[in-house]
Amino acid sequence: MADLSANFLGIKSPNPFWLASAPPTDKQYNVLRAFEAGWGGVVWKTLGSQVKNVSSRYSAIDYGGTKMMGFNNIELISDRPLAINLREIAECVRLFPDRAMIVSLMADNSRAKWHELIAQVEDTGAHGLELNFGCPHGMTERGMGAAVGQDPEIAKMVVEWVMEKATIPVITKLTPNVHSVVPTGRATVEGGTHALSLINTIQSVTGVDLDTLVPNPYVAGKSVYGGYCGPAVKPIALKMLTTIAQDPITSRVPISGIGGVSTWKDAVEFLLLGASNVQVCTAVMKHGFRIVEDMCDGMNNWMDEKGFKTLDDFIGKSVPTITHWEDLDINYHIVAKINQDKCIHCGLCYIACEDTSHQAINLSYGNPYNTYSIKEDECVGCNLCKLVCPVDSCITMVEQRKGDEYVNWKEFQRRGLPLNDH
Amino acid sequence: MAILNNRLTAEQYEQNFSDIHPPFDSRDAALVEANRCLFCYDAPCTKSCPTSINIPRFIKQITTDNIKGSAYTILDANIMGAGCSKVCPVEKLCEGSCVYNFLDEPPIPIAKLQRYSTEKAIEHKWPLFQRKPSTGRKVAVVGAGPAGLSCAHALSREGVDVTIYEKENQGGGLMTYGIAAYKVTPECCKDEVSFITSLGGIDIKYKQALGQDVSLAELQNNYDAVYLGVGVGLARQLNIPGEELAGVEDAIQFIYDIREKGYPSVPVGDKVAVIGLGMTAIDAATQAKRLGAKDVTIVYRRTQAEMPSTEVELNLAKLDGCNLIWLASPKEIKGENGRVSQLICHVMELSVPDTSGRRAPVETGETITLNVDMVIKAAGQVPYEELVSTHQLANWNGKVAIDSRCATNIPGVFAGGDCVNGGKEVVDAVQAGKDGAKAILEFIMSEIGPPMRSE
Repeated sequence: MADLSANFLGIKSPNPFWLASAPPTDKQYNVLRAFEAGWGGVVWKTLGSQVKNVSSRYSAIDYGGTKMMGFNNIELISDRPLAINLREIAECVRLFPDRAMIVSLMADNSRAKWHELIAQVEDTGAHGLELNFGCPHGMTERGMGAAVGQDPEIAKMVVEWVMEKATIPVITKLTPNVHSVVPTGRATVEGGTHALSLINTIQSVTGVDLDTLVPNPYVAGKSVYGGYCGPAVKPIALKMLTTIAQDPITSRVPISGIGGVSTWKDAVEFLLLGASNVQVCTAVMKHGFRIVEDMCDGMNNWMDEKGFKTLDDFIGKSVPTITHWEDLDINYHIVAKINQDKCIHCGLCYIACEDTSHQAINLSYGNPYNTYSIKEDECVGCNLCKLVCPVDSCITMVEQRKGDEYVNWKEFQRRGLPLNDH
Repeated sequence: MAILNNRLTAEQYEQNFSDIHPPFDSRDAALVEANRCLFCYDAPCTKSCPTSINIPRFIKQITTDNIKGSAYTILDANIMGAGCSKVCPVEKLCEGSCVYNFLDEPPIPIAKLQRYSTEKAIEHKWPLFQRKPSTGRKVAVVGAGPAGLSCAHALSREGVDVTIYEKENQGGGLMTYGIAAYKVTPECCKDEVSFITSLGGIDIKYKQALGQDVSLAELQNNYDAVYLGVGVGLARQLNIPGEELAGVEDAIQFIYDIREKGYPSVPVGDKVAVIGLGMTAIDAATQAKRLGAKDVTIVYRRTQAEMPSTEVELNLAKLDGCNLIWLASPKEIKGENGRVSQLICHVMELSVPDTSGRRAPVETGETITLNVDMVIKAAGQVPYEELVSTHQLANWNGKVAIDSRCATNIPGVFAGGDCVNGGKEVVDAVQAGKDGAKAILEFIMSEIGPPMRSE
């Protein structure tokens, strides 16, 4: 049995799965249910000045028969009275002392307001604070949320205000609505934040209702840009996470990974690319809190198989394998191979290669089944056929190096090697 | 033992004859299956469909809620695509060649998806097809079955005016009169015929039998071309003693009566023997059982390996509780007071394979006796040989002979479907109708000259 326990800035939790600041962490009832289900921690939905929400608030992208591949919301920070939130937070901490309780904050834009809010929250016994510099809708118009996260100087200033007052660990949550998360990440690390978390939601329009002609979500004939999340955003989140994990300044602090985490596999990927734990929201909004069971179990089994005893054994392990394009080995070459015994003759590899790639697949007509085979000389090893093939390990890529030594693009140019080699 | 009607209550009849292949319950259920489709290139399912429906395309259209487009894709290739979605033996056609079979996964339920689209088209009477301007040409079609309707629709789309002569009082042919009622209801058949003729330019004259109410010469005189889609209809006789006894019936008539008269009006025996093991035999046996027969036994002279029915069909009969006797061939029907009482069968065995590899059944000399009160003959159908020969049509044992362009030996007279091939699936007849229409259009253009504009 691997040890799944996590220690984030001294905040301990029995596993690395926290619920992100969002509707599921908006009240005691949900949070207690989450803790009973086994969640390691929660980030309480953002507290700040009183707001009012609209309906509807959510919309989703369904793809290929799968619901909620992408999800979008226009909810604001918690719309419940601050006093009730504070009382419930304290109660949850009392009932589940072994779980992490982080509180997300978004005070009005003044040092005094931040200080006041931090003091109130610390009184609850919460273990940490998360600064919401990411909310992309509603709050930005008032100069908060993503408006802060998009300006490194302002972000740094707010972090500095917070650090003057906070006595418990501070995590700064970054917005992805920037060309790079690194500048704000650096600024807040320099401002003193103890940790970073990312990503918040991405501004989006999920689609337009083709009957009403109004985009989703629909609010009395109008809509607004919403924050995009769910499985669809995972690749973007992983990329942003990696840039933070690679940067010499931002990598000094631990990172909490967020963005489309739905399974233990997603979580492992986030940890391999530098996160110390993960936060989950959309997946529980789709399936409820019970998904944590398989998340823990699956991660545990994987760690056992790989021989990892603790999370620290693999956190960040994949970060060094992401390099620059010009450092890739050009002599590495692979060609596709179709296993005729496994082939079901769907022709997907053929048509993808024929129409869109390198015309490297032969078609031999049959009735009703055609036969497909690779023209090795034409195959550039792009991998497309393997990706479209619906059968497990029917198409494999076989290594056929062009040369023994490692040659990258810079070296290739330096030596003046011919361009049409392969 | 007695042959009786009204054996069941109205509820029992309704339950026994309800749709055996119910449609999808919901859009989501259809989408789940549609989204499983791999969208194969040069798809085996399309190649295995006699009408070459672009199946991956219509399924893709379902996934995007483009149901109108989906229905067009189906019906453009097969105007009886709605009926075919219910009666096609898909296990040996499209679904049988679905690549998922190689993965030991259930194939895409192509028929059910096809039904999903086409039912909507028919229910909402979508005007998916428009006629080209009238050419002023006229074609007579004999028979409003799948071949005739398909031919008529294809011709009318090209601006040819079509008159169909049909001997029954409803269109649809085999679909309406020759298939088990639990597969396709009379209302479905009626709606399908209405949908086809809603294109315009197609006039069906009912109760007009060729050779009785209308002559071929008359049609030749009054039309630019004639298409014969008369099908097959006569049951093969057993030519054994006792065939004239009361209680011996042919399956085609039996099924026809179920479709025409309504379930309570059709009498069945307590103990019924069905001779043969084609689709018609299965339809007769299962329906006899569903009408309330206590005991139904299918008698077939070969083994399961040689049966013409598909395994899916055979299982229908088994699940309905029909008995099967393999390697038995009727020898004699015995009666009491002019009514069937026993069926005596030769016990058969398969001979050594001949040069073609076929193993013929031969008598062993032993017999078995079944106590029955009704015998339904489903030992195959024979063409209208007399009708064909009296019209001087070149033929093979009554099957109309045509050349590669669907033309008979009589100039301007074309033919297709069961009357040519001796009896195949509905979907084959639809394709034959399309081929016939194409040939007739070419004939009209080249032999008679380019179409005249009616303006």
